Amino acid sequence: MRPATILRLALLGLLLALVLRPHAFVWMFKPFAPERGSAIYDRTSLLSLAMNHLVLVAVASLAATVIAVALAIFVTRPAGEAFRPLSRTITNIGQSFPPVAVLALAVPALGFGARPTLVALFLYGLLPIFENALTALSTLPPRTMEAARGMGLNRWQRLIQVELPLAAPVILAGVRVSVMIALGTATIGSTVAARTLGEPIIAGLLTNNTAFVLQGGLIVGLFAVLIYDAFVQIENRLLDRRRPAPRKAA
Amino acid sequence: MIEIDQITKTYGEINAVDAVSMLIETGTITVVVGTSGSGKTTLLRMINRLVEPTSGGVRINGEPTDAIAPYLLRRRIGYAIQGHGLFPHQTVARNIAAVPRLLDWPADRINARVDELLTLFGMDPDEFRDRFPQELSGGQQQRVGVARALASRPDLLLMDEPFGALDPIIRARAQDDLREIQRKLGSTIVLVTHDMDEAIRLGDRVGVMDGGKLVQYGPPEEIVERPANGFVANMVGDAERPMRLLSLIPVRDLTEEGAAEGSTVPETASLRDALSACLWTGRDAVPVERDGAPIGRVTLAAIRHRVGQHP
Repeated sequence: MRPATILRLALLGLLLALVLRPHAFVWMFKPFAPERGSAIYDRTSLLSLAMNHLVLVAVASLAATVIAVALAIFVTRPAGEAFRPLSRTITNIGQSFPPVAVLALAVPALGFGARPTLVALFLYGLLPIFENALTALSTLPPRTMEAARGMGLNRWQRLIQVELPLAAPVILAGVRVSVMIALGTATIGSTVAARTLGEPIIAGLLTNNTAFVLQGGLIVGLFAVLIYDAFVQIENRLLDRRRPAPRKAA
Repeated sequence: MIEIDQITKTYGEINAVDAVSMLIETGTITVVVGTSGSGKTTLLRMINRLVEPTSGGVRINGEPTDAIAPYLLRRRIGYAIQGHGLFPHQTVARNIAAVPRLLDWPADRINARVDELLTLFGMDPDEFRDRFPQELSGGQQQRVGVARALASRPDLLLMDEPFGALDPIIRARAQDDLREIQRKLGSTIVLVTHDMDEAIRLGDRVGVMDGGKLVQYGPPEEIVERPANGFVANMVGDAERPMRLLSLIPVRDLTEEGAAEGSTVPETASLRDALSACLWTGRDAVPVERDGAPIGRVTLAAIRHRVGQHP
């Protein structure tokens, strides 16, 4: 087994243990807990918080991916060319808006809970995916595109069979960045009563219980590391055979 | 037969292609040669409507090309370009099968065609079928590019500087291979190049373009011997003219009765080869053979006489 695989399995094991058997870690968090406070967050099951957290991130990222890629496709067609600057402005605004402000603004309209969090994560996730998709779709190898057109692929076929597959690794890198941002940002959702792994962190901050903060932070961090790694694996697999192989001497 | 009729493309004030007419016989190679900016590529791209003509038209076997949708037209016309333009995310087999797939050929017919083409281009199907373009050498990539363009047995094959990215030795081999494959399949090819050598080597007919106009169109011998104007003469190159002409004439044409000493040349070789043999070995004549049997000789004097008719 390669060292990287061992490390991956070890981190996965640690994560599962933290989520499923939190009380086994009392020894680790005890030094950080206040004297008469609990060392382990047990007001809610960490497993259900983790699941909720991941579902929120997945739904928001999926929606952001669909919208951002669709937008990038649209503005790289001749018909949508004129909208390119505007679309960049909009996605940039989405990014520069602080997520807390988005939450504050969304709560009156959408109420407390998961919905304002989803909106914030979605808006926050658009930009990296859009920028990557835009770059990938506008820097495709010109000769390949010329050949595709010259051999009689129509627009739709060129998009599906050539442009998107060629752009996929770069788009995926954008999705990875976006998912990472969402994993972290989702914790803030707990301030508006979304059930995420931010709950132990917020509770810890309110009660001066560093153990809770560490517990929540560690779990989110491990998720981030493992998901990031999975994305990189997929990207590499997509690119693997496209890289020029070392030539054998003729 | 391909009929190009008074075709013109205007960009702003400039005629990139200016009222060009050409007749291209089925089963021949026509090479359009010109400097960059001469309009040769625009002319080629108007045949498959990658560029829409400003006026004039093209008929393929009597059928006007503007009668069907451009992408349907292009599926009937092979297209091979410099640097091949292969799909980097698809295997060699999938690349070659691109147009047959668009035409909904059944899978077994596609597979058989892919193997047939790979064999034709001297690439073992079992070895190359599942490779990716980046895993091939430049010459192999170029061959796959041409194989892809030929896959659906198109009425016509357009080639835009197909050998431009190859080094001279591989290029010469690729040209010979193309010639041989074209003869075997009887394909009709229109090829665009800036290289007069390539034009003379490959073309049944050569068209020379300058400033959007077709300044001369004829068999390569005519281009070399009777250039229509200074531009064509310049393209052919004064110093190289005798050798280019000799390379077009088979030894057979000047073979006479008689014997000569030393190594023989086959009757299908060019006079250029015969001259070269004479000069290198210091002989005044070389014996000519057909299928290994001597049939006569070709003399230095005869070669000189054949070339020296241009006062």
